[in-house]
Amino acid sequence: MGTPSYEADGLIAEDIGAYLAQHQNKDLLRFITCGSVDDGKSTLIGRLLYDSKMIFEDHLAALEEDSRRIGTHGQEIDFALLVDGLAAEREQGITIDVAYRFFATEKRKFIVADTPGHEQYTRNMITGASTADAAVILVDARKGILTQTRRHSFLAHLIGVQHMVLAVNKMDLVGYDEESFAAIVADYRAFAAAIGITEFTAIPISGFRGDNITAAPSANTPWYSGPSLIAHLESLPLASEAAQSRPLRMPVQWVNRPNLDFRGFAGLIAAGTAQPGDRVRIVPSGKTSTIASIETFAGAQPSAVAGQAVTLTLADEVDCSRGDVIASADDPPQSADQFEGTLVWLADDALIPGRGYWLKLATQTVTATIAEPKYEIDVNTLDHLAAKTLGLNAIGVAEVTTERPITFEPYADSRTLGGFILIDKLTNATVAAGMIHFSLRRAQNVHWQAVDIAPGQRAAMKNQRPAVLWFTGLSGSGKSTIANLVDKRLFRMNRHTYLLDGDNVRHGLNKDLGFTEADRIENIRRVGEVARLMADAGLIVITAFISPFRAERDMVRALIPEGDFIEVHIDTPLAVAEARDEKGLYAKARIGELKNFTGIDSPYEEPERPEIRIDTTAMSADEAAALIVDHLLDRRGRLA
Amino acid sequence: MTVRLTHLERLEAESIHIMREVVAEAQRPVMLYSVGKDSAVMLHLARKAFHPAPPPFPLLHVDTTWKFRAMYDLRDHAAKAAGMELLVWHNPEAAERGINPFDHGALHTDMWKTQGLKQGLDHYGFDAAFGGARRDEEKSRAKERVFSFRSASHGWDPKNQRPELWNLYNARKGKGESIRVFPLSNWTELDIWQYIMAEGIEIVPLYLAAPRPVVERDGMLLMVDDDRFRLAAGEEPTMRSIRFRTLGCYPLTGAVESEAATLEEVVREMLLTTTSERQGRAIDREEGAASMEKKKQEGYF
Repeated sequence: MGTPSYEADGLIAEDIGAYLAQHQNKDLLRFITCGSVDDGKSTLIGRLLYDSKMIFEDHLAALEEDSRRIGTHGQEIDFALLVDGLAAEREQGITIDVAYRFFATEKRKFIVADTPGHEQYTRNMITGASTADAAVILVDARKGILTQTRRHSFLAHLIGVQHMVLAVNKMDLVGYDEESFAAIVADYRAFAAAIGITEFTAIPISGFRGDNITAAPSANTPWYSGPSLIAHLESLPLASEAAQSRPLRMPVQWVNRPNLDFRGFAGLIAAGTAQPGDRVRIVPSGKTSTIASIETFAGAQPSAVAGQAVTLTLADEVDCSRGDVIASADDPPQSADQFEGTLVWLADDALIPGRGYWLKLATQTVTATIAEPKYEIDVNTLDHLAAKTLGLNAIGVAEVTTERPITFEPYADSRTLGGFILIDKLTNATVAAGMIHFSLRRAQNVHWQAVDIAPGQRAAMKNQRPAVLWFTGLSGSGKSTIANLVDKRLFRMNRHTYLLDGDNVRHGLNKDLGFTEADRIENIRRVGEVARLMADAGLIVITAFISPFRAERDMVRALIPEGDFIEVHIDTPLAVAEARDEKGLYAKARIGELKNFTGIDSPYEEPERPEIRIDTTAMSADEAAALIVDHLLDRRGRLA
Repeated sequence: MTVRLTHLERLEAESIHIMREVVAEAQRPVMLYSVGKDSAVMLHLARKAFHPAPPPFPLLHVDTTWKFRAMYDLRDHAAKAAGMELLVWHNPEAAERGINPFDHGALHTDMWKTQGLKQGLDHYGFDAAFGGARRDEEKSRAKERVFSFRSASHGWDPKNQRPELWNLYNARKGKGESIRVFPLSNWTELDIWQYIMAEGIEIVPLYLAAPRPVVERDGMLLMVDDDRFRLAAGEEPTMRSIRFRTLGCYPLTGAVESEAATLEEVVREMLLTTTSERQGRAIDREEGAASMEKKKQEGYF
């Protein structure tokens, strides 16, 4: 195999134009290096920079001086000093943060994330690995596979790094012994298979001496037949190119609206390709349209692919804003509000289950709560441990609930739509990184189907404004009687109404439900959803349910457009209702034949601020019905 | 068929994505515009990011009154071409005390630039400022985040930066706090030149070699750009073919002797040269290896 070479001095001097043309066509690979404190990571990176002429004379002069002063290699150049940036860590002799380095060969430009090896900085490695196409795992040939090696490999695999390179370093210190190398590779293969790493490439190197870094085999390792480290990194496929064959995903970052004639949606294409004429779906609204144009500074473009930042215009006036995802119309991503995911905790303050954090995923930011972890993963043994929380550098699996549905894909399918961060609402610190496994909703494949006729149009056709008159009160308070009278009055006024009565619904829709607290809540949830659909259809819905719990009534209120939910408290004292006892239910409850009866052995939570309160001891049912219809008229001026 | 994006296309997309995130999440962003080649690229990327709208933020030039005349010319012209508001801030205290590079050395940079930048940001109430710094410039910059958080007093704490995963940037901040955002973090000097050529971006002509009046002082070639330059006894400006690798205050910025009068020749010289870019700047050399880090903690950049 050919010898890769770095920046070609000859070409630069002789034909700069040709050199620049070549450089301009390079692509870009990002990788991380990970290893333990003494595995020679910084030395390797220093070597890569040095060999690719990315080190200038003044840097080198400073390096030589530093090498003599604080270097660990006697009079020889200590490449590690090139890379250890911050003053504090230079004194400690260890890197403590993620540093990014740049070098180029004739084929490729590289961005290296240099990540530290010791335990308390798991977060740095996760950070560096999150953008990497490949991971170079360094092992000291004298020490073999260590706990840290396993941890780094596990973390790199966890965050989805595609290509693993096992660089067995310091081969010079084991006399370039083939057996030592083979034993380490066998050891690693067994471990890698156990954590799901199916493929890796092992290369024997010496960062300090330069063996098998740019050319292979080195004279010292004639037994090695694979590529040099650089040749291997030059040949790896790029994740961004694989993403082009997936369905279109573009999280909308910003709506570009310079004037009334232009409305463009700006974003970075996360997956797929875009061309004018492509059918797209806006998620979560579900509206569809067609890409009208791809606008750039240099004019409209015929196409765009994953990895490009573009501005799309659509053929139709559809609602679309930051946080929405423009997706392929036939294959859109899911939306859900409950997930299972892996969390990596990045902050000193531990996770507080149940607390609200900001969750940022692509361009969506919502409040999210995290349940108690299902388990924590011991990164050294990979055992699952019981956990009540997650502290700094802990990795665990937990359920995440968001306040509203977010558009997502499993992390395994999309780093962009499957990876998220959690932000502390008080300190604004980034406290965790998360990777979605799957949503916990059974309805995960049910998409919102957008309908073209807006709710207002249906109501307008009926010449009315929809409403939900929600009657609540004790059994026997008079809800059904009064609701029925209201229904008849409205019907006579040519209003389109529907009466949902508690007893009737329990004969059909809710016949599977009993009277436990959980079933009562579900009863109201279903009725609330039905009322919402009917109001959406333009109807005036009248419901008559005991609906004893404030939280559920508020839940229904939140479902209905503001101002259309009218809570009517039929306020009859328990003694009066019990004295009426038209159905004989109170009597049964008193002798224990009926369990969980509201007012007897199950609580009734009175509305705090109902829109209408009817005191049935002070007025007749007819007067009450008239008052309620008047209220509807008063509120709206006309009953529309 | 798979489209292969070049590294410049990837870098461009990353920078544009960063700028749009800031505009979507910050209250009052601004672009720090120093008129150098990195600023020129950053401004060009901003025009691309928001096209056909003009970039929805102003440019802020923290001026020292001692820049090269050619820089002031390009500054005004470039802002107008981009359709952007140009704000120029002069530290009033430095102006009043007559702080200048000849008499005050490091104090000149501290008052006009470091203090001036803080004042300018506070004066206009900007909560996010784009800067053109790159990670390849200097060792301590290699670890700088793309979104770098500053306390209400503009301090930078290298131990307390937010982890940046994927391309998800946390732009939330407390009252009084601000962010410096570096959209060119992953560009190298060669990328910058390559992009300037590929996109035809206008830069200050001083980057290209031409005969200019210079004096040699303390091993640096200084250009005599106007009659405020104080010549020492026996000093006589001579015409030499020079260019600049970085641009700042003209009495503090060393030139290199060069015949490279085109961009290609400049890049050729850069690739074959053996001294790093910042070496021509007097300010970095004063306090040794950790000087840039110290300046950052004080609020420079």
